[in-house]
Amino acid sequence: MLLSSLIIIPLLGMVVVMLMPKDSNKGIKWTATIISLVPMLESFWITWDYFINHAGTSAMAYVEGPFNWIPTLNVQYYLGVDGISVPLVFLTGLLTTISLLASFNINKRVKEYFAFFLLLEAGMMGVFVSLDFFLFYVFWEIMLVPMYFLIGIWGGPRKEYAAIKFFLYTLFGSIFMLVSILILYFTSEPHTLNMMTLIETAPTLTHSLQMVCFIFFFIAFAIKVPVWPFHTWLPDAHVEAPTAVSVILAGVLLKMGTYAMLRISWPMFPSALRELSFWIALLGVIGIIYGALVSMAQKDLKKLVAYSSVSHMGYCMLALGAYSSVTAITGCMFQMVSHGLITGALFLLVGVLYDRAHTREIAAFGGLGAKLPVYTGIMVMFTMASLGLPGMSGFVSEFMIFIGAFGALNKVLVGISVLGVVLGAAYLLRMVQRVFLGEFDLARWGGLTDINLREIISVVPLGLLTLFIGIYPKPLEMLMKATLENLVNLMAR
Amino acid sequence: MTEHSYLICLLPAFSFVMIVFFLRWKEKVAAGFSIAMILASWVMSVIVLIETLARHGHAYEAFYNFLTFPGLNFQIGILVDPLTAVMLVVVTTVGSCVQIYSVGYMHGDPRFSRFFSYLSLFLFSMLGLVLANNFFMIFIFWELVGLTSYLLIGFWFEKKSAADACKKAFLTTRTGDLGFLVGLFLIAVYCGTFNYGEVFDKIAMGAMSTGVLTAAAIFIFAGAVGKSAQFPLHVWLPDAMEGPTPVSALIHAATMVAAGVYLVARSMSMFVASADGSMVVAIIGLVTSFMAATIALTQFDIKRVLAYSTISQLGYMIMALGLYGYDTAHGQHSVGYYAGTFHLMTHAFFKGLLFLGAGSVIHGVHTNDIREMGGLYNKMKTTAITFMIASFSIAGIFPFAGLWSKDEIVAATLHHPVFLILTLAIAFMTAFYMWRLCFLTFTGEPRDQHRYDHAHESPRVMTWPLVFLAFLAVTAGWVGLPWLHHGFSSFVFHEAPPEHHGPSYALMIISLTVGLSGIGLAYLMYYKKSLSPDVLVNKFRPIYNLLYNKYYFDELYNVVIIRPLLSFANFMWKFDANVIDGLVNLIAWLTVLWADVKQWFDKWIIDGAVNGAGWIVRQTGEGLKYVQNGKAQFYTLFISIIIVFIGLIKYELIYLAWGWPIMTIIFVIGVLLLTFVSRSTRQGTNREIAQEDKV
Repeated sequence: MLLSSLIIIPLLGMVVVMLMPKDSNKGIKWTATIISLVPMLESFWITWDYFINHAGTSAMAYVEGPFNWIPTLNVQYYLGVDGISVPLVFLTGLLTTISLLASFNINKRVKEYFAFFLLLEAGMMGVFVSLDFFLFYVFWEIMLVPMYFLIGIWGGPRKEYAAIKFFLYTLFGSIFMLVSILILYFTSEPHTLNMMTLIETAPTLTHSLQMVCFIFFFIAFAIKVPVWPFHTWLPDAHVEAPTAVSVILAGVLLKMGTYAMLRISWPMFPSALRELSFWIALLGVIGIIYGALVSMAQKDLKKLVAYSSVSHMGYCMLALGAYSSVTAITGCMFQMVSHGLITGALFLLVGVLYDRAHTREIAAFGGLGAKLPVYTGIMVMFTMASLGLPGMSGFVSEFMIFIGAFGALNKVLVGISVLGVVLGAAYLLRMVQRVFLGEFDLARWGGLTDINLREIISVVPLGLLTLFIGIYPKPLEMLMKATLENLVNLMAR
Repeated sequence: MTEHSYLICLLPAFSFVMIVFFLRWKEKVAAGFSIAMILASWVMSVIVLIETLARHGHAYEAFYNFLTFPGLNFQIGILVDPLTAVMLVVVTTVGSCVQIYSVGYMHGDPRFSRFFSYLSLFLFSMLGLVLANNFFMIFIFWELVGLTSYLLIGFWFEKKSAADACKKAFLTTRTGDLGFLVGLFLIAVYCGTFNYGEVFDKIAMGAMSTGVLTAAAIFIFAGAVGKSAQFPLHVWLPDAMEGPTPVSALIHAATMVAAGVYLVARSMSMFVASADGSMVVAIIGLVTSFMAATIALTQFDIKRVLAYSTISQLGYMIMALGLYGYDTAHGQHSVGYYAGTFHLMTHAFFKGLLFLGAGSVIHGVHTNDIREMGGLYNKMKTTAITFMIASFSIAGIFPFAGLWSKDEIVAATLHHPVFLILTLAIAFMTAFYMWRLCFLTFTGEPRDQHRYDHAHESPRVMTWPLVFLAFLAVTAGWVGLPWLHHGFSSFVFHEAPPEHHGPSYALMIISLTVGLSGIGLAYLMYYKKSLSPDVLVNKFRPIYNLLYNKYYFDELYNVVIIRPLLSFANFMWKFDANVIDGLVNLIAWLTVLWADVKQWFDKWIIDGAVNGAGWIVRQTGEGLKYVQNGKAQFYTLFISIIIVFIGLIKYELIYLAWGWPIMTIIFVIGVLLLTFVSRSTRQGTNREIAQEDKV
């Protein structure tokens, strides 16, 4: 019941929130936050217990099912987690609570907001624990609904456009996924949607069928990641979404794409993977460089962070292209976690500034370091984490990815991707300089106040984890080791 | 003690954490704590050095396997060999002096505690870099010193120049680090380990082909080029002088910038296996050294002269190391390794002293421009004397420390005439520009009376470190006295201590002469003023302009790299917004357009057909109903027409084939006619009825 409760408790929470009186804003906020503590603590416990008891093997843990759900279609209720889903479940639990905490300044249609947020959590948890395609697909789609409304109602000036773009783009990809799922279903004998079974049987498909399925899955997942050139929904969604939603978007939703690749299409279609791995890595490298360059040209703080996500997720794709290297795949998982923590924190911090200054235009600021020392310190720390400074999680992941990819892929390609390290530093430091250094405009920003306690509390856990993973990555690596080694073997079939 | 030498770097880290979280509100406590920690590190470093001496230089290594991947192993560990032990002492000595000095220099700064926390963080990183036992760890600390350098250059970030400089420093060094990273990847892929010893063993066993090895060595060297401000990445160091002067002394003169030299010395086994790689190193070192020395001749900012001097001296060391690698690769004997590392040590002391002295001067007169100084000897004797001691040292005058190490560098170039001549030329220029600085600053008439009147000697907390470093600037070279068998070289060496054939007096005399003539020229031009610098300037105006503008490197990079990069970034953004996103939006727009077309089709064609059919039937019925009007004449007329019509067909006056259209026409005309007729009659009837009703 443990994994089911990760989904059910937020759903129940949603019902509870919806039953609350409409005008008790404070009550709704606290109720939702406290309810979200339960899956968060559960996810912590799962991470801890998995680390202690299950990390040695690659088998699924806390398995529920498979129970027959729709027998005529052989649809099963089947949940389980392993080394690649546990860190993401952890991240989902943590970031949801943090985001709810960061949503306390929402004052418009509070009840719906918090209800949608809990529904979103249920969907995300569901994606990470489902082991049946039907279930997976349902959660994958369910999650779009609250996200659509969260952007479309509580967003910025172009919220409708952003929300619709996000929704339709993802849905467009989902159709390809559905086709692939159906191909898998009808080619399996007996027809099944059980992922664990399909991982065993799918590699026996013909090469061309594998290619079709792989590419269709790839389109669906690549839109989610987003892989260049499917990324343009991301900046719009991020810029328009309220802070907390951006945090979830960057911290969890993007990871669903890379997670699904590792869980589904990579091990299921090794023959297609072998043929396409170079192109996948190439898309990753383009994403790294391109995202960094476009970030450099941004005038809006949030858009800069959004494009930096394109660059950072490019590292994941590069690693996924180097699928034969355990180091690279470990780096990919590290990058997913690390990007979730760092970019989540950056969005929170940008939100903190936006709440006070009501603008995110980089050129409007300057010299904030003197007026907001604590905020600046925290922001600079996360900036450094984002540009891959040693001692922070971003460095560990990038280094592993580079090392692994360098051994497994074309050396020139990886050599070019290293340029991203300098470009990343360039756009981030330019931003730091223009916002925090230089002269302070006392007349305009004299009234700004430094970051408050609630906001500090919401970023401190992210900072501590960033540092912890950066300084001592071993626990996370051990947690995933067996799973990833098994995965690499599956992909090398 | 050696087995606990990790504490040497952890103590400053502890100090950083304590200041940031607990002590930053109490300035004096923060500074005191920070100084106490670095002094403790210093004591430990000295003990470690003594223990290493007692072990006859045998290395101590301890590590812990941090992460293990198939075919690759990450370690965390320390390696204490003679090079490390010497570097530890150098870093902690200069670090202690600078911290104590900073108490006076930073007095009254609103971010006083923060300054000490940054210094502690720097010392942690730098000491970690020195203690590391593998390439992975050295890279981590390498980046961390880059961070602290960034934070400290930008310490007074309200100044735009400081904000620009810190970013420039970080990005320029990081560009070099790209190469370092690629070098690390090559090592990882070909050797499967980062541990120095293991990597060198693997290389000795032929794990890399010569080509790969040369590439790896040059890539690693790229990191050193960035960090040690070598051509072509030297542009950041002069700008880094925007930081507080103690920072310039510690980071941008004595320690961090020497990390590049340290790295080359550390990976010497890679260079000796690659003659080409070593030659690249040597040439870069020579070019840098010469270029920076020539620029230093013309600068007026006291710190910038010192900055270019630093670049030049670092180039010296790099060149010596490169020549060692090259000569050794060719089986020749060379003292380059010893010369480079020895000079690294002496340079740290005298250059640290020069910067602290410059800081003391700036503290007294509040300007960096030597054109506004002059005659300061009378006002600040301790500063002046210690500064001159350091200037003697760097100029290579007997018996100051610089002489002994610089002589070894000259000795290292003996097999390469071009190197030898240029090295001596650089030595001459060094002596000249340093003494130009001394004379302009401390002697002659004050050129800015106001500043002169307010000038004062710095407080003791600042002058004591000067005196201590001055002591070292004299004596530190004595550990390598040729009469004492070049003691340093039998301690710090690569593979085997170099053989010496007694003191080389000829070399010493040449070197001394060069140094003295440089000082002499400066004396004539700036003290006696019997030679006018202006005449020279006017005579060589184009060259002077070139040097004064630092060979236009900044302008060049701005035009060739920075601006194109930013325009390219903007172009990519436009591309993203218009082409890629434009494509997405175009698809969306086409979808909507398609939907609109379908909507129109649906409304007017499909639904139009349905509604049209109904409309036609309705209208027909509407027309036909008047046919049934109950008038016998009308029925007769109608029947007659039909009969006539049938008759026409019967006698083939018209053909049946025409019939349907004609019939239809007649029918329609008839119906319309009838409708009209009957409507008017009915309306008439209605009117009549209405009138009847009224009546």
